[in-house]
This record gives sequence, structure tokens and C-alpha cells, in this order.
Amino acid sequence: MAEYKPIRKVVSGNYAAAYAVKHARVQVVAAYPITPQTSIIEKVAEFIANGEVENLQYVPVESEHSAMAACIGASAAGARAFTATSAQGLALMHEMLHWASGARLPIVMVDVNRAMAPPWSVWDDQTDSLAQRDTGWMQFYAENNQEVYDGVLMAFKIAETVNLPAMIVESAFILSHTYDVVEMIPQELVDEFLPPRKPLYDLADFSRPFSVGALGTPADYYEFRYKIAKAMEDAKKVIKDVGKEFGERFGRDYSDMIEKGYVDDADFVFMGMGSLMGTVKEAVELLRKEGYKVGYAKVRWFRPFPKEELREIAESVKGIAVLDRNFSFGQEGILFNEAKGALYNTSARPIMKNYIVGLGGRDFTVPDVKKVAENMKAIIEKGELDVEVDWYHLKR
Amino acid sequence: MEIPENVKKRLSIPAEEHFYSGHTACQGCGAALGLRYVLKAYGRKTIFTIPACCSTIIAGPWPYTALDANLFHTAFETTGAVLGGIEAALKARGIKVKGEDGVMVVGWAGDGGTADIGLQALSGFLERGHDAVYIMYDNEAYMNTGIQRSSSTPYGAWTTNTPGGKKHFLEKRQKKKVIDIVIAHNPPYAATASVAYPEDFIRKLKKAQKIPGPSFIQLFAPCPTGWRAPTDKSIELARLAVQTAYFPLFEYENGKYKINMPNPKKEPKPIEEFLKLQGRFKYMTREDIEILQSWVLREWEKLKKLAEVFG
Ligand SMILES: Cc1ncc(C[n+]2csc(CCOP(=O)(O)OP(=O)(O)O)c2C)c(N)n1
Ligand code: SF4
Repeated sequence: MAEYKPIRKVVSGNYAAAYAVKHARVQVVAAYPITPQTSIIEKVAEFIANGEVENLQYVPVESEHSAMAACIGASAAGARAFTATSAQGLALMHEMLHWASGARLPIVMVDVNRAMAPPWSVWDDQTDSLAQRDTGWMQFYAENNQEVYDGVLMAFKIAETVNLPAMIVESAFILSHTYDVVEMIPQELVDEFLPPRKPLYDLADFSRPFSVGALGTPADYYEFRYKIAKAMEDAKKVIKDVGKEFGERFGRDYSDMIEKGYVDDADFVFMGMGSLMGTVKEAVELLRKEGYKVGYAKVRWFRPFPKEELREIAESVKGIAVLDRNFSFGQEGILFNEAKGALYNTSARPIMKNYIVGLGGRDFTVPDVKKVAENMKAIIEKGELDVEVDWYHLKR
Repeated sequence: MEIPENVKKRLSIPAEEHFYSGHTACQGCGAALGLRYVLKAYGRKTIFTIPACCSTIIAGPWPYTALDANLFHTAFETTGAVLGGIEAALKARGIKVKGEDGVMVVGWAGDGGTADIGLQALSGFLERGHDAVYIMYDNEAYMNTGIQRSSSTPYGAWTTNTPGGKKHFLEKRQKKKVIDIVIAHNPPYAATASVAYPEDFIRKLKKAQKIPGPSFIQLFAPCPTGWRAPTDKSIELARLAVQTAYFPLFEYENGKYKINMPNPKKEPKPIEEFLKLQGRFKYMTREDIEILQSWVLREWEKLKKLAEVFG
């Protein structure tokens, strides 16, 4: 095995994604432009124009619905397929997301989290991707550009092992258009880590006739669903193994589905996903110096949901402040809802409070984290919640 | 079943069967016949994609398949896009597409999945120039969901959402000319065909196989169930549709039109001959028939003119 010497490049989150697509030797990219995803697919087109990639077919489709449909066709015909989108585009794809997982196709997509309209907004918000949580797609939330790059490479390996599609999620502008150093992996080492795809079935295999996706009667449909459920459950181990392997080979360990910091002796932790957690991690360092006993739990993989890891964290703390840059109307923040649900049948019952933050690109800063910390501290001392769901930024 | 050599020689269409008995179409189904001919033309090395439509059911429920070919079932509006994806994958993998020895990538969609919800993907497919064949089997309504109108439903036809009553029928719009929309994209090859003329259909399929780029064939495929017609009249109906010039057979190739009617010189038969065999037209008055008749003749004249000028 060749020695790993990273190639450092200063790139945006979107370019990090495009480089990962190139290094993963993707064979078909079908995509439709939408801000702030566009520069991913532009960069991929540039790679083709410059002859930097081999055998990459680019299909400039007429809509996101067709982008996913074309990826589905391509993946069913044995190719490694990729697309990228945001918000309205992802919503338009919804029907086909089910099709991809139902047909057990390991398509990888980058979703650049963007708020849904109306009102029009191009800024960060996780509701677009979280609204797709029941489509049978795995979901990885990247904190920074490095995680976008690493995430795409790992996602192909995981997806092609369990035969389910995977979504790598990055924040609008905060990551998509912000430049940062990303350590890239030399091609031959990526090739070792991610060998060519071995499809579950191949439409170009004519040794026997077969059909995919035919009518499933009540006698069979149920089992098809169970197999997806099972694959999602199995994916947890695959995710951990691949994350560990990635760490061993390239020095960045992703074996935990929830990345933890200062949890062991913390009174309470901040829990959230994506770029938001970069701010939180920074704030935790400062708060620790000020004597706050706080930690963080960054949920990397939202699907499959890391119940077991969450339970472990919940057992050791008195409180969890769940920061949701998303909202499920008529209920509460989506991560909050999921986390509470995951803990109900366990002995771990810390106080949990939901802070709705940063919707539509509203800034969420280190001082904001500190305010949340003060509020959480007071709640824990009192032993009861003030409100369960706190619309933190409201102009009262 | 083995076909004796002397019989084979006499047949004008391929003897090989790649469409299995035991499929689940209604009796007299034009779509089922059409599928059978496509498979005769293209054989085993074919990848089909079929969206939501009667053919989803005809092809058989899991784990069965009536097609001796590989089949990917897809969402209603995605035929054009999935075709593009499959073709792109084969190319990326270095697998030969189209031509005598290449893999045939075939979309098989109804008029609803083509003229309505799938029109956008069809347009994208044609415009991008994928090496695949899109076949629209035209049974003139949404049959799979129980006979609702499509934009390919003719003027005066009863359907369950354009019912006829004591006073009115509701289908007041003329049939959308999907083939004209297709030709506006200037594809390398586009044609109409009919299950009543299998030699012509297979010849067109073979042509589509040879010509690089996207091909489109609109196949007239009677549906006795939805047309309220006797199951043994499907071929007769399909033939009358051609003879009345209601559904003329023609080809568009490299910018040129060619009419391929059995008797091109003959005047079209009156449209009534086509209408009277079908329950779906029973609400039409004399006046309605005239409206339809004049539309048919106007379109026919237009086509003849096109063939004359761009022949
Ligand atoms: C998005 C979506 N909307 C509606 C349907 C329901 N649907 C299934 S088949 C069909 C009609 C198909 O009509 P056509 O394409 O003409 O084919 P046919 O059934 O006549 O063979 C409809 C409306 C669907 N499957 N998907
Ligand atoms: S309803 Fe019509 S198109 Fe559908 S299977 Fe029956 S005859 Fe064929």
C-alpha cells in the first residue's frame, strides 16, 4: 500500500464535493442547476472539458426529477452515479428518491442545505434534506469542507456495500461557497479504498431475463420493505467500519456516527448537525475555560439514526440542548423529535430542550451558544423546562 | 415452439418469440401485440424501461416477467430521463449501444406517460440526443387507472372523466399531435406505426435501430376495454384508423417526410367507419362527427403537403 501524503487544496465545499466525485471515478453525473449547488456540477463539467476524468458521462437534464431518474437508470445499468441539488430541487426529486432506495441503487448525492420557499431564500436550513428522511436514503451531515470531501468518498463505499443510496449534506454558502484547506487523497489511494462498483444487478447482463420494480402484491411488498429496513440497520456497522478504515488509512476517523467532545464529565451537551456544530465546538472550548461543564454531540449520520450511541451519551449527562436548524410544523425540531423518541424506552432520560436556530441562514454565533448554555444551566439547576421548543431568534 | 424452416421463409416478420404467453393483458390488447413486435425486432439484448401504465401490469408482477429482455420499471413521467441514464451508463462502461450488434435501450410508454406527464422528459431525451428508442403506444387514454382522458384522446370520445350524458359529452379537444411536437425537436428518426401493419412497424423499428441518436415511434394500439369495442375488432379498428387517415402512417427522417400508406392514392374512408365500431363515440351527434371529420381531413392535407414539400 502506497504511503499517504495528502494533497492540500484551498477549495469551497462545492469544489471539495466535485473533487471527491472525480476521485471516486464516478461514471455518470446527471444534474440540474440550482443555487447554491451549481458550482459542484460546473466543476465536474470543467473536469470533463479539461480531460481530467475518463469515462464520465455528463447528462445535463431538464429538471431535478429527471436528474434523479437518469441517475437511477444509470445506476441500474451498472454505473457509479452522482448528482447534487438543493431545496426546491430536492423536493422535486422526492418521488424518485423512493425509487432509488426501492430499486436498491447506491446513488450518491450532495444536497446543499437551503431553505424552502416561500419566501424565497438561498440560505442555510436543514428542512429540505430532513423532509426526505423516510425515503430510504442514508444521510450524512458535513461540518466542514473536509467532511464534504471525505463524506462523498465514504458514502460510495457504504452505499455500494449495503445497496442503498446516500446523501451528503452541506450548508448553503457557509460551506458551499466558503474556501478552506481540504486534504485530498492521491488517486491511487482512493482507488485502493474505493474499488470499481460491483452492482447487485446489471441491466446489461443478458444471461437471463429479469425485471426490476414490477408490481409487488401484498404477498411480497412487505418483505421488500423489511429488506430495506434491515439494510439500514446493517449500514450502521458498515458506516463504523468504513469510518474506521478511513481513519486508519487517511488519519481522519469517522468510526463514530455521533462525534463527541467533553461528554464524560459534562452536565449537559449541545446536540446538532452540520456546520452549526463547528460554531458549537468553538464555543464549548471557551465555555469550558469559563467553568461551564458542557460538551457536544455532533450527529454525523441522521439515517440510519445512531440510537445506541445517543443512548450512551444521554446516560452520562443531565441535559441535552438540541439545536435544530429545521422545523417540522405542528411538532418540533426534527432532530429533537428523533432524539427524544430514541430515548423513550431506555433508562436514559436527561432533560431535553429544543432550540430552533438559524433558519433561512440566520446567524448562529458563539455568543448565541453561550446564551443557550446559560439557559440550559438554569433549567438543570431548577430541574424543569421553561419551554420545550424555543424559537431562539424571534424578534420579540 | 420450433418453427419449420419452410414456414420461417414465408414469414415476413421474425419468427422468434421473446414475449411469453401468460402475460396479463386483456383480450385483444393492442399494447400487448405491440410489445411482442418490438421484442421480435430487437430480441434478447434489449433493455426496456416501462413507466406506470397498462404495460406495467402486462409485463407481469414480481417475480414473473413476460418479456424475454431486461426490464426496469420506472415512475410515470420519467421514461425519457431513465433512457438517457441507461444509455449514459452503457457508454461509460464501454458497452456498444444501438446498431445491429449493440444493446437496444427502449422506452415503452403509454400516451399519458408521453403526451402529458412525461412530455418534459421526452423533450429532454430528444433534445440531448441519446442513442435509444422511445415508443409511445397510443391507446388514446389512461387505461391503467380506468379509462380517463389524456391529451391524446380524440374529440368526442367518452372516457370516465369526460363522460357522455343526455346532452353533452365532455371531450371537446382534438387529439394532441405528439408526433408533431417530437418532429419540432428535429430528431434523426420519428415515425407513426400501427399494430395492424406489423411489417411496416418492424421495418421502422429496424430503421430506428440503425440510425444513431434518439428515435421516436408513435404506435397506434387499440384498447377494446377502454374503447368499448369487441375484443376481436382491434386489428380492424387499427386498420380503419389508417384507412380513414385518422392515424396516417408516415416517417420523418433527416428532415424528410414520407407517407407510408397501404394505398396512398386512395381517398380516405369516412371517419364514421372507424367510429361506429366503438362504444366510446356513441354520444357524438352528426355535427360532432363532422367536426372530427374535418379535423382529420385538414391534418391529412397538411401531412400530404409536408410530404410533397419536404419529401
Ligand atoms: C406521478 C403519478 N401520477 C399518477 C399515477 C397514476 N397512473 C398510473 S398509470 C396512469 C395512466 C397511464 O396512462 P397511459 O400512459 O396512457 O398508459 P395506459 O394505462 O393507457 O397503458 C396513471 C394516471 C402515477 N403512477 N404516477
Ligand atoms: S385496458 Fe386496454 S391497453 Fe390496458 S391491457 Fe386492457 S386492452 Fe390493453
